Amino acid sequence: MPGAAGGARRRSRIAPYLMILPALAYLGVFYVVPFFSLLRTSLSTMGGSVYLPQLTFAWDFGNYGQALSDYRDQILRSFGYALTATVLCALLAFPLAYVIAFKAGRYKNLLLGLVILPFFVTFLIRTIAWKTILADNGTVVSVLGSVGLLPSEGRLLSTSWAVIGGLTYNWIIFMILPLYVALEKIDPRLLEASRDLYGTNRRMFGSVILPLAMPGVLAGSLLVFIPAVGDFINADYLGSTQTTMIGNVIQKQFLVIKDYPVAAALSFVLMALIVVGVLLYTSALGTEDVV
Amino acid sequence: MPTRAATSLRSTVRGFRGSFKLGDLTLRVLAGLVLAYLFVPIMVIIVFSFNDPRGKFNYTWQGFTWENWLHPFKYPALAEALRMSLNVAAVSTAIALVLGTLVAIALVRQRFRGSRAVDTFLVLPLTSPEVVMGASLLTLFLSMGWPTGYVTILIAHVAFEISFIAMTVRARIRGFDWTLEDASLDLGASSTRTFFTVTLPLVMPGIVAAAMLSFALSLDDFIITYFVSGSTVTYPLYVNAATKAAVPPQINVLATAILLISLALLVLGTTYRRRKLPR
Repeated sequence: MPGAAGGARRRSRIAPYLMILPALAYLGVFYVVPFFSLLRTSLSTMGGSVYLPQLTFAWDFGNYGQALSDYRDQILRSFGYALTATVLCALLAFPLAYVIAFKAGRYKNLLLGLVILPFFVTFLIRTIAWKTILADNGTVVSVLGSVGLLPSEGRLLSTSWAVIGGLTYNWIIFMILPLYVALEKIDPRLLEASRDLYGTNRRMFGSVILPLAMPGVLAGSLLVFIPAVGDFINADYLGSTQTTMIGNVIQKQFLVIKDYPVAAALSFVLMALIVVGVLLYTSALGTEDVV
Repeated sequence: MPTRAATSLRSTVRGFRGSFKLGDLTLRVLAGLVLAYLFVPIMVIIVFSFNDPRGKFNYTWQGFTWENWLHPFKYPALAEALRMSLNVAAVSTAIALVLGTLVAIALVRQRFRGSRAVDTFLVLPLTSPEVVMGASLLTLFLSMGWPTGYVTILIAHVAFEISFIAMTVRARIRGFDWTLEDASLDLGASSTRTFFTVTLPLVMPGIVAAAMLSFALSLDDFIITYFVSGSTVTYPLYVNAATKAAVPPQINVLATAILLISLALLVLGTTYRRRKLPR
């Protein structure tokens, strides 16, 4: 490239660093430093009153023990719910992404627009709408009840399934879009060749489409799982006291009870579990291009 | 296209075209059902914006009325919350846009030591759960003794927007013809002038897309804002507080209005792009 040498000569060496400096400095102060502040809080002991809490740094690892033992149920439940929601998202997103990528023709952009549109309504209001839909005296409950498909509680609202359903709905867009991008990249000639080669649609799906869609499923799973596992809105609005998640505890401890050390410890446990989970997941699937 | 003709001929010959069609139909029906599922709550929201609720809560259907649409700003606190949200979204996006775009241009345009580390670092905020980001920012503000409110909301929003903006702009401007910049410099333009007349117009579509995404994310954010808001009330925070006391149907009216405005922008955006294409 003849232009590259000329460009390098003219452009100063420090220019890129000057360009990245403001953003990195900002994230350093308001993303990295807060983590250390959270870590410090998680190792502090609480004194003073509820109105004027005094935190003293004391290497108090007891907060972690308390967080893990007191809230083990919520931790397990959060991971269970988020995992189930992620699988449901993948199952629901697949046919839609597939049809948009391969069958939509000139309606492709219209369909993509329609898929994105519901997410222009505030997340909170969407969740409240589900509350109306799943209400005990609503149509959905009476229809499911007459078919005998209601969960054992005899209702939908305030059950685990309502919370999982809310998590699925609120983040499915993050599964549909990466899946669509992955499927769209598949060369149609490859599908024709595989149809000739394998004959049945099932084998074509298993040995060609699914492996090629995997990067999309991987990226989508992370984009759904991470926000879902830390969420507290769905459990708050659609669940009951039996369906609380880690997010609910962190939120309540921080903003209502104001037991900062335990809440901070729990936040760190959540982060650590997510990091470990993501590393295991990506290494198991052997894909590096997560983003 | 010869390949397509050949394939259809081949499949006719082998005779599994019929079964394929059946599978095809099932797939389309499934996709249609999933798309309908995405719209179920939206329909409920729109329908309930015309509800005439008897009590304080807009949860059960009572009767049709235009009243809510005629007085969308009947509750000053709701209007004020929406104004606050728009303010936060606009100001935080403006700040994050400058910071994020500079990083994106540096990453795409220049090879420098540590660029991969910067790349990885930028992804981190996207992989942290909101509740942890909100909590960690709150501990910082608490330990600094900063009162939470408008400024801390802005700080938090800029923090999560930078990564989204940098990633979006970077994805959009990868693979552009940057020799145009050299051409401009060769023709004697200063580097400042080159930046404003060549580089910026090239990256503009990416910037617009990123700004829209960032604005929407800010407007929608509840969890992080909840931690750092103090007594300042944004639109989602108002809605959350309302569900504990009284839910006016105006919430649905404004949600529907925002949806319609977004739809209009979406349609405008696609027609604008289509008009620019033939050139």
